[in-house]
Amino acid sequence: MSFVNETDYGTPASKAEKTVTLTVDGKKVTVPEGTSIMRAAMDAGIEIPKLCATDMLESFGSCRVCLVEIEGRGGTPASCTTPVAEGIDVRTRSDRLDAIRKGVMELYVSDHPSAWNEQRGTGASEFDQVAKQVGLSENRYGTVGRNHVEPGVAPGNGSLNIDYIARDESNPYFTYDPSQCIVCSRCVRACEDVQGTFALTVEGRGFESRISAGMQEDDFLGSECVSCGACVQACPTDALREKTVLEHGMPDRSVVTTCAYCGVGCSFKAEMKGDDVVRMVPYKDGKANRGHSCVKGRFAWGYASHKDRILNPMIREKITDPWREVSWEEAFSHVAGEFKRLQQKYGRGAIGGITSSRCTNEETYLVQKLVRQGFGNNNVDTCARVCHSPTGYGLKTTLGTSAGTQDFDSVEHTDVVMVIGANPTDGHPVFASRLKKRLRQGAKLIVVDPRRIDLVRQPHVEASYHLPLKPGTNVAVLTALAHVIVTEGLHDETFIRERCDWSEFEDYAAFLAEPQNSPEEVEKVSGVPADLIRQAARLYARGGNGAIYYGLGVTEHSQGSTTVMAIANLAMLTGNYGRPGVGVNPLRGQNNVQGACDMGSFPHELPGYRHMSDDATRDIFEKMWNVKLDAEPGLRIPNMLDAAVDGSFKGIYIQGEDILQSDPNTRHVAAGLEAMECVVVHDLFLNETANYAHVFLPGSTFLEKDGTFTNAERRINPVRRVMEPKNGLADWEVTQRLAQVMGLNWAYTHPSEIMAEIAATTPSFASVTYELLDREGSVQWPCNEKAPKGTPVMHIGGFVRGKGKLIRTDYVATDEKSGPRFPLLLTTGRILSQYNVGAQTRRTDNVVWHGEDRLEIHSHDAEQRGIRDGDWVRVASRAGETTLRALITDRVAPGVVYTTFHHPDTQANVITTDFSDWATNCPEYKVTAVQVSPSNGPTDWQEEYEELTKKSRRIAGHMEAAE
Amino acid sequence: MSLDTGTAMSTDQKLVYMANQIATFFKSMPEDEARAGVAKHINDFWDPRMRQRLHGILENGGEGLSPLVLSAASDIRWPGPAN
Repeated sequence: MSFVNETDYGTPASKAEKTVTLTVDGKKVTVPEGTSIMRAAMDAGIEIPKLCATDMLESFGSCRVCLVEIEGRGGTPASCTTPVAEGIDVRTRSDRLDAIRKGVMELYVSDHPSAWNEQRGTGASEFDQVAKQVGLSENRYGTVGRNHVEPGVAPGNGSLNIDYIARDESNPYFTYDPSQCIVCSRCVRACEDVQGTFALTVEGRGFESRISAGMQEDDFLGSECVSCGACVQACPTDALREKTVLEHGMPDRSVVTTCAYCGVGCSFKAEMKGDDVVRMVPYKDGKANRGHSCVKGRFAWGYASHKDRILNPMIREKITDPWREVSWEEAFSHVAGEFKRLQQKYGRGAIGGITSSRCTNEETYLVQKLVRQGFGNNNVDTCARVCHSPTGYGLKTTLGTSAGTQDFDSVEHTDVVMVIGANPTDGHPVFASRLKKRLRQGAKLIVVDPRRIDLVRQPHVEASYHLPLKPGTNVAVLTALAHVIVTEGLHDETFIRERCDWSEFEDYAAFLAEPQNSPEEVEKVSGVPADLIRQAARLYARGGNGAIYYGLGVTEHSQGSTTVMAIANLAMLTGNYGRPGVGVNPLRGQNNVQGACDMGSFPHELPGYRHMSDDATRDIFEKMWNVKLDAEPGLRIPNMLDAAVDGSFKGIYIQGEDILQSDPNTRHVAAGLEAMECVVVHDLFLNETANYAHVFLPGSTFLEKDGTFTNAERRINPVRRVMEPKNGLADWEVTQRLAQVMGLNWAYTHPSEIMAEIAATTPSFASVTYELLDREGSVQWPCNEKAPKGTPVMHIGGFVRGKGKLIRTDYVATDEKSGPRFPLLLTTGRILSQYNVGAQTRRTDNVVWHGEDRLEIHSHDAEQRGIRDGDWVRVASRAGETTLRALITDRVAPGVVYTTFHHPDTQANVITTDFSDWATNCPEYKVTAVQVSPSNGPTDWQEEYEELTKKSRRIAGHMEAAE
Repeated sequence: MSLDTGTAMSTDQKLVYMANQIATFFKSMPEDEARAGVAKHINDFWDPRMRQRLHGILENGGEGLSPLVLSAASDIRWPGPAN
């Protein structure tokens, strides 16, 4: 069994180019200038004992264990804080050093539970190892002094250990045991430097020093701690320790894999004991996360073994019947028979499929292949339809390819960050930590968002400008920013002449200069003071490297695609492409949204963003698949539902998506699903969509299969199987078996063979192989002959499409307007502890942070309506109504209300409407005109729906419905 | 359970709405470019049955469609009857 051991070099790597050569214990070693002696020694294979140093953190020099001697210098300097110098001769071992180290460790041990007995802790902490390493064999201070150790463990039975503090068990995932703490402050520094939350501090002085979360009266859960676990990872003792480790002991094997939550795509070591996960530890070589994580990735994986997981295929004739468990064979032949029948009766185009942004690239590729090759149509879509499809259209139109331009490392070179319609500290927390680190170093921040997100102001981070625009006015505000840049001559003419079409620029500049695009006019529609727009524009244009990061607050609008183009244009006007520190970066929602789009999940294009009508591309796949492909675009998800209601769309295979909860206008989605004759849901749980399903195929988690995810930086990250699929089949095998029963001659024996087919057919993936991923860790596409190790930064020296396209971005007000009946604008978002529809995170202890969705409402609007904090309120729109509890806040402006959508009983999408992006039909989630009024409790719809859910989760032969 | 009641648009109304939305984006371009833009967008992204329905709406007088959609109609690829 293998265990991935990462070397801890003790201090971070130096980025200096100049090198220095020194001697350590007689060995010559050459390292970059500025490297610590500790790190240089490790480079030479010599490990100096250490407690307060670790390479995730800047050195601190407090534990005095890592002392060394340097020839010709006096004393015993700490190797972690002493930089290397040319020609020095360092000794890491001597009688004097050994005596000092033993002396220091002896003092630590005299106030540590392991000095009393082995009752507490894992016996596997760094502290225990260092004690062994320095050869500690005695404790001359005895065991009767004043100490911090638990009564009953330390001698004296409580009389001497007045400093004892009970363990803090408040966090569901880790404990804090003060008696184990040596106050090395690694946890405090990790919270500051790595996570950027500043929740921890050292309280008191000398022997009274304690680590404290928040204020004195807080425990970990009650403090501002976000449970990222960086402190637990940093702790060299058992003071901060995962509860799973305390319960199950230390893991004995580990596998490097990729998190299945958000689009950051963090690399983790899944640390196992037998077939059980003990803990997930962020992998330092992971290029997206660099050894950091959030609460979801590190801790919220318990859903994988939750009792609600369905492990057997199930069938029912009518959606009012209870489910009947069947064999895989019966399930596949039933689906194949039904799909065949529907196509014979209603036509070839009567069925389709939805690929999952949560599944792997290989699985997604297979679902679109099943639809195109097996169903003989292009009715395939993906949940990116409802999140980043405008990114696809907008960036393809302006830049020539549908993806972010940078890697995450790029932010380390950014001078001005503009965050538009994104809430990274909640939605993309690990990227947010990296961003905040750069902001603490002095980069400037502009936030464009209706809501005062956490980034606007928090410890050691403050936005220079927050543009709190009215929902639905993104295009107006972005065009006004460009107006200022062009009319004040702040644009980069050299860049534009070189990289864009000058006559297009002249046309665009003339359009921008029109008076309706001035900040003063835009103030009237957006509510953003003109002066703020002017100052923000000047800062972005002239503040150095400017990088834009955006999220669903940009895309999920009637003008989502136009906004994406306006963003791309803004960066073009200011020359912010083609080098580290700049660019346009969509923050992708789900783990594999980028990959799902890359893999040809959209109904109009084949893998690699090539339109169905392109004969040459079709030809590649027709030869490979031995089939004639339809050159016409297929139906998108909303079009499928319309066609279902109209009677021309009758069957669907949905892999890992819950459209009933996640898609807008729930009633319409329900009506569409109800009108179909064969709905096949392939998922981990009986999700909301499964209420309308006739066949349920159990899915497998990311821990149970091999494959790849592609994150928001176009990084293809390996996903590795750490345990057997609990249902017996990985998702790619389920799709393959279904395809085989439908008569296709698929014979993949491993996902690497699917990747080989992707590489053979898709130029931007041409050089991608599993061997390459094993060797490099990950690669960013395009990865081909021209870029054999991938492409961290795109559009260097020229745009993919040739000249960058500057395109007129006329602001058009959405038709979803507030008025006397619906005077408020509702917008939606996410929270750190929950993920998307919550199917995974609601089945973990993360519910302690967010047990329900709340409606954020400004005190002015609340008071007018007689609503108090915590009251039940009714939220009604033109589409429907729901109830939830109010949260009074000044984070939203008067006139705007906000909610999350993680809980199915809230049914936030009952109120969202059918309005959608003009180019892609991406729903307009972010603007719904609503009225809010006091309420007594759930609506009729909520009650009826709960009843339906209960009924539709009955399984014959099981006493209780799942969930 | 009563579903899809009241305020929702019919599929035809939606198609008219969507076509007009597309036209609104291209409207600020020179006329030839705008017309070509609208037609290409619909050809590229609308499944044949959606285009077929739009064709039906046009044959019935094109009520509610914006002038730009009407003038782009000749460049939209009309599929044969649905299979």
